[in-house]
Amino acid sequence: MSQHLPVLIVVVPLLLAPLAALVGNWKAAWIVAAAASWWAFGVSIALVRRVLAEGTISYEIGGWAAPYGIEYRIDLVSAFVAMIVATIGAVAIIYARTSVRAEVSEDRGALFYSAFILCFTGLLGISVTGDVFNIFVFLEVSSLSAYALIAMGQDRRALTAAYQYLIMGSVGATFIVIGIGLMYSMTGTLNIADLAERLPAVADNRTIPVAFTFLTVGITLKLALFPLHLWLPNAYTYAPSAVTAFIASTATKVAVYLLLRFFFTVFGAEFSFEQMQLDKVLMPLALVAIVTMSLVAIYQDNVKRLLAYSSVAQIGYMVLGISFASVLGVTAGILHLFNHALMKGALFMAMGCVMYRVGSVRLERMKGLGKKMPWTMAAFVGGGLSLIGVPFTVGFVSKWYLVQAALERGMWPVAAVVMFGSLLAVIYVWKVVEVAYFQEADPDDDIREAPLGLLIPTWALVIASFYFGIDATTTADIATRAAEVLLGVGP
Amino acid sequence: MIALGLFNYWAVILLMMVGFYTLIARGNLVKKLIGLNIFQTSVIMLYVSMGKVAGGTAPILVEGAEHVVYSNPIPHVLMLTAIVVGVATTALGLSLVVRINEAFGTVEDDELRDESL
Amino acid sequence: MTPGVLIATAMLLPVAGAFALLFWDKKPNVREAVTLITGAATFWHVYQLLPLVRSGLRPRLDLFEVLPGVQLAFEVEPLGMVFALVASFLWPITSLYAIGYMRGHHEENQTRFFFFFAVAIAGALGVAFSANLFTLFAFYEVLTLCTFPLVTHHQTEEAKKAGRIYLGILLTTSIGFQLLAIIWTWVLAGTVDFTDGGILAGTASAGVLSAILVLYVFGVGKAAVMPFHRWLPAAMVAPTPVSALLHAVAVVKAGVFTVLKVAVYVFGIDLLATLSATPWLAWVAATTIILGSLVAMTKDNLKARLAYSTISQLSYIVLGAMLANEWGIIGGGMHIAMHAFGKITLFFAAGAVMVAAHERNISQMHGLGRRMPITFGAFFIGALSIIGLPPAGGSWSKWFLGMGTLEAGQVGLLAVLMVSSLLGLYYLLEVPVKAFFFKPPADAHHAEGIHEAPMPMVIAMVVTATATLGLFLYPDLVFELMAMVIPGGAQ
Repeated sequence: MSQHLPVLIVVVPLLLAPLAALVGNWKAAWIVAAAASWWAFGVSIALVRRVLAEGTISYEIGGWAAPYGIEYRIDLVSAFVAMIVATIGAVAIIYARTSVRAEVSEDRGALFYSAFILCFTGLLGISVTGDVFNIFVFLEVSSLSAYALIAMGQDRRALTAAYQYLIMGSVGATFIVIGIGLMYSMTGTLNIADLAERLPAVADNRTIPVAFTFLTVGITLKLALFPLHLWLPNAYTYAPSAVTAFIASTATKVAVYLLLRFFFTVFGAEFSFEQMQLDKVLMPLALVAIVTMSLVAIYQDNVKRLLAYSSVAQIGYMVLGISFASVLGVTAGILHLFNHALMKGALFMAMGCVMYRVGSVRLERMKGLGKKMPWTMAAFVGGGLSLIGVPFTVGFVSKWYLVQAALERGMWPVAAVVMFGSLLAVIYVWKVVEVAYFQEADPDDDIREAPLGLLIPTWALVIASFYFGIDATTTADIATRAAEVLLGVGP
Repeated sequence: MIALGLFNYWAVILLMMVGFYTLIARGNLVKKLIGLNIFQTSVIMLYVSMGKVAGGTAPILVEGAEHVVYSNPIPHVLMLTAIVVGVATTALGLSLVVRINEAFGTVEDDELRDESL
Repeated sequence: MTPGVLIATAMLLPVAGAFALLFWDKKPNVREAVTLITGAATFWHVYQLLPLVRSGLRPRLDLFEVLPGVQLAFEVEPLGMVFALVASFLWPITSLYAIGYMRGHHEENQTRFFFFFAVAIAGALGVAFSANLFTLFAFYEVLTLCTFPLVTHHQTEEAKKAGRIYLGILLTTSIGFQLLAIIWTWVLAGTVDFTDGGILAGTASAGVLSAILVLYVFGVGKAAVMPFHRWLPAAMVAPTPVSALLHAVAVVKAGVFTVLKVAVYVFGIDLLATLSATPWLAWVAATTIILGSLVAMTKDNLKARLAYSTISQLSYIVLGAMLANEWGIIGGGMHIAMHAFGKITLFFAAGAVMVAAHERNISQMHGLGRRMPITFGAFFIGALSIIGLPPAGGSWSKWFLGMGTLEAGQVGLLAVLMVSSLLGLYYLLEVPVKAFFFKPPADAHHAEGIHEAPMPMVIAMVVTATATLGLFLYPDLVFELMAMVIPGGAQ
């Protein structure tokens, strides 16, 4: 059984998804979804341990040998990303039980959980597969179910947000397919390892740079890199809270994984960054994203939207790290994948608690919440400190590596921009804190602390974001080794 | 002659641009979806053109017929998947449009923008 | 107890005490007893470390690796010993004072007040004992964040504004400049451990090192070198015990302490003396000294005047560091202790006037001296120490600082010290002179019924004033410790 784990992490949830829809009753569907998430969580941990101990795992689906059959290939990067997705999924599903009941009508509950598992499965599938077309299929599985999930938000604007996301997401995915097709036309293979071997021989042909360009645009659309981020703020703002928390911490992260996989493993760092000069595109965009999106976040009145813009800025940090194309830089990018998933998950979950009790996350409705919902707001402060990058939080660890990577290249202005971004984060986090702690609540409001079903998952992520900030050696070690795998250096 | 020989690809590019233009320029949500469909169809043509071998036939082994040229089946098969994905996307998109129409009373982009404020 | 355990207990005690007093929220007497006992026990533990340090040992405690190669570690060296002794000795005394003040002033949320106060002390001890730049920075930020609720204790609009300035400047400087400098140091030197003789020598060109030095000096916002001094007057909205212990001792001294540490153990005074930025920064400090004194003269609000006086005095210590010779370092280090005792006495007196006579402005204190002789007597002694006149401790540190300027050949800086003392003579002695020798205004609404502040406050004032005099007679301990900081000892 254990040699089949690479495929079971995907197959089991995939089979459970229709089951959740069929059982009809939301409670039963939740149990199915929880089983799927926690199964995947357990397997992902096992996979990370195995990859750390034994190295890259290769699994041939149905016994068909690569490159003809579909290969699942799990190296440290895949395993780490799968673990991030599975961890957040496992926490989010606990959270969903209480939150979704309040925000989604009961007759849609079962369908909600079914879509949730599909989305989850798709994201896991992308991270474990070793076949580029399979990536596209899983990408669509996760995206289509994500559109449906977002459309279930209470506000009717959730519908337009989902539609907007659908259009832009499909364009992005289609660009990726075009890129894959062009690569296939030159090499005749879809297997990642095989592609990596055959591409250098044909790299001079004009088709390959064209494929590269299509992939770049498609992936940056999916990961919401400035200026292709327009779908993200609305989608995050109007989706049900549990969905926002889950998608914000995983979907864009998996897109970053695609960026790493295509540009480092498939094309190779030398082709991507020296021949195609990808860094000349990514770095300015990332820097602009960090500064402008943080500034935009400062002016938001809806806290979920504020956090959404902050996410676009944080994606800028990840892409910035990757654009250095050095071990330190890629390490910073990968670390921030994990770290940002923890802190943004916690922050969006805290906002879900507010949504649950107050029914709105607009700033003017959050007056005095520091007293009325002390644990929720304390969780927000904890996540916010991480966003700022205070020592002993995961945000600090990311910044430590990112600034190092910039200084290693002698790019001190870039390091200064990173720091400037943190300072802008201080402003938008503190804006919320001031309203919650310094303004008197409306005495007529009968607002109580959020139920434990919401607080426990929220605090699990908050505590994790402190734990991995205090002892970052494990994550930093994994990220460094993953970066070495991607860059093809080291052991 | 080369230009004519690449006729399929010219068609692909034409369709792609038509679809993409419709998707961006049209304000009607249904028309946008039609644009998306044309756009995706062009990709199907791209793959199928790639897989077609001149004079080739479907890759089915027939007793006695040796030295037959086969077309590459893989792009064709991949496009089966892409078609499924396209249908699903369209279905989801259209159902969203129906819901949007119910909720806002319009499917025009500019009117929706006013409504959302 | 082994030295490591002593270090750990000294830092954990205030935290444990903080949580313990949460339990006695409803019983103020028990709560205050807990604070006092914890304070005394903390000092006792710190004091146990003194003989070890005097015998030349450096008690050390390595906790764990936070980032690969970067440890959370503590090491007690003589400079840190001075700071820790001062902070932990003054804490129980301030607590005693605070009991009288908070009750006399009818403050709300007293439990929260004592909680964060205790955590702030733990933060200050963490800074004092830190063995590397990372640990120092981490506790530096802990100190910033847990003093924020103390500054904004009243939760008014004014407090909110002050809190913004406080956090804004301290986080901007620390994240924007100091962290950048620390990571830069790490990239260049490959270590962030405090090492005798410094770690940066020979790692980069003089220009780069000068830039890093500038980043450090301005990055330590707590040292309040102009133009990053505005947070200190803003912090005066806090209750007076906070102003006294935190904004005259723990927080601001953590700042100048960091500057001294960086000067001695990161750059090393030999390297420091060769950098072109050093004399330039000395003059920035000199400017702050003069401007701070001049602004202090214009302030009628007593606490505001004391705040600007603190800004001016802190730059004495920065100046001492930037003289880059042994007398400057010794003078600067001694001034940490001397200024602490003097300034806390002044703040105690100011708070006593607020509680007993409800007066904040100097112009309304005419004649109060006859009704509150102990308070203004203590103020007089504290003022002498700040000015640098015998028989108060401050005269020693100013003496050594003066020697430092001469050794550095900077007669201009010596003149600055002299002028500043003369200005201090005016703006500090004005208060007791007016209180003792001026007639109360005719329309005095505070004529009758004013007497000394509550007993705990008076006791605290008498203790610190006596200690100020004692430090004039017995400065040997501080001098001895500071002389151990200098490589090879002082002549």
